Amino acid sequence: MCLAIPMKVEKVEGDFAIVSIGNVKREVNISLLENVKKGDYVIVHAGFAIEKLDKKEAEKTLEIFKEIK
Amino acid sequence: MKYIEQYRNTEKQKEIIKEIHKYGKLINRNVNIMEVCGTHTMIIGKYGIRKLMPENINLISGPGCPVCVTPINYIDTAIELSKIKDVIIVTFGDMMKVPGSFSSLEKEKANHAEIFVVYSPIDALKIAQDNKDKKVIFLSVGFETTTPLIAQTLKISKEKNIKNFYILAGNKLIPPVMEFLLREKDTEIDGFICPGHVSVIIGLSNYISISERFNVPCVISGFEPFDILLSIYLILKSIKENDCKVINEYKRTVRENGNIKARKVMYEVFDVVDDEWRGIGLVKNSGLKPKDKFLDFDAEKKFKIINKNSKEKKECLCGEVLKGKKSPFDCPLFEKICNPENPYGPCMVSSEGTCSAYYKYERK
Ligand code: SF4
Repeated sequence: MCLAIPMKVEKVEGDFAIVSIGNVKREVNISLLENVKKGDYVIVHAGFAIEKLDKKEAEKTLEIFKEIK
Repeated sequence: MKYIEQYRNTEKQKEIIKEIHKYGKLINRNVNIMEVCGTHTMIIGKYGIRKLMPENINLISGPGCPVCVTPINYIDTAIELSKIKDVIIVTFGDMMKVPGSFSSLEKEKANHAEIFVVYSPIDALKIAQDNKDKKVIFLSVGFETTTPLIAQTLKISKEKNIKNFYILAGNKLIPPVMEFLLREKDTEIDGFICPGHVSVIIGLSNYISISERFNVPCVISGFEPFDILLSIYLILKSIKENDCKVINEYKRTVRENGNIKARKVMYEVFDVVDDEWRGIGLVKNSGLKPKDKFLDFDAEKKFKIINKNSKEKKECLCGEVLKGKKSPFDCPLFEKICNPENPYGPCMVSSEGTCSAYYKYERK
């Protein structure tokens, strides 16, 4: 039930944004985040964006793995 | 999102599995690693991660499915509420099949109770706005990931002065139940894979306190098989080096301090209370009830339903399964009488329930 997926912000209108994944578009409430902009990726759960995805950090996680060896 | 391809690179996964085996040998004793997130349970099952582990590394599932841990009394109350004239019950889909003492919401719907399934609490509020002559009760369950959204919905409802919207509050907090399990006799937990999307809201601090007091490594994990494997590796490395701490493997989404705004909204609306977990019992400071300011939304106060006859079926081992003491395979009803089509106990209902995930992916 806590499933949440990253979706791309297409348009921001007040407390709401249109987000997309593939061909699917949805309206989500963004009032629990600050400064959501077009082009951001947000993590969407039950009709709300709960966090922004940080692309730089995504790459860094893979770096941790390089350190293993 | 190109990075995703890299997270799915099987060569990388193979290398990490090799490292896990290396540490398995170095540690050379049984290690129990618990995940407390239903989505992690599903991914571990789906990608066969349990089978990739060395013999002495056990992945055990904890109480990570909000639907499974909702007390039977709550389900019975929801069913009683659905029988009241002019009441509409609105719920997340997972709740429909959960067995109460005598019935389920799905059966009541077939008996013409007005029960709607929604994806978001905001949709529930819309139903209230569209049905002003009815009383709309939202079944408010979920962990920290979900609760702030419900809190925000109540705030919106208050602002818009909507008078026919209520919640039956059953929301729960994860860190108190982790602590409860660590204190349980005969549950041995050597490390936690912490729930990624709960952590988006709460951040790291609760886990730091748990890790320090109980000397267990806690790794906040993402949802690719790679993330889970990496988290297991990080836990084993911490154990070997006797350096138990909190590591955030899911930094691409989880910030150190969590989502402060979401937490603020959650605690503006809800007070922390001791709460009952199905199969587990009363857990201190683990539940949430509307604050006085929001009591007008509280279905419990408004409709005053009292269930004295709620009773669990004795044969179901869900309680032991949720505590990580037993595996679904230990339950004599698993597969035979209890399956996702006809769930006998709550852990078989939601796709994230431990018994249901094992049924789907891990049957021998
Ligand atoms: S298999 Fe069914 S009856 Fe057995 S513990 Fe799981 S949910 Fe309960």
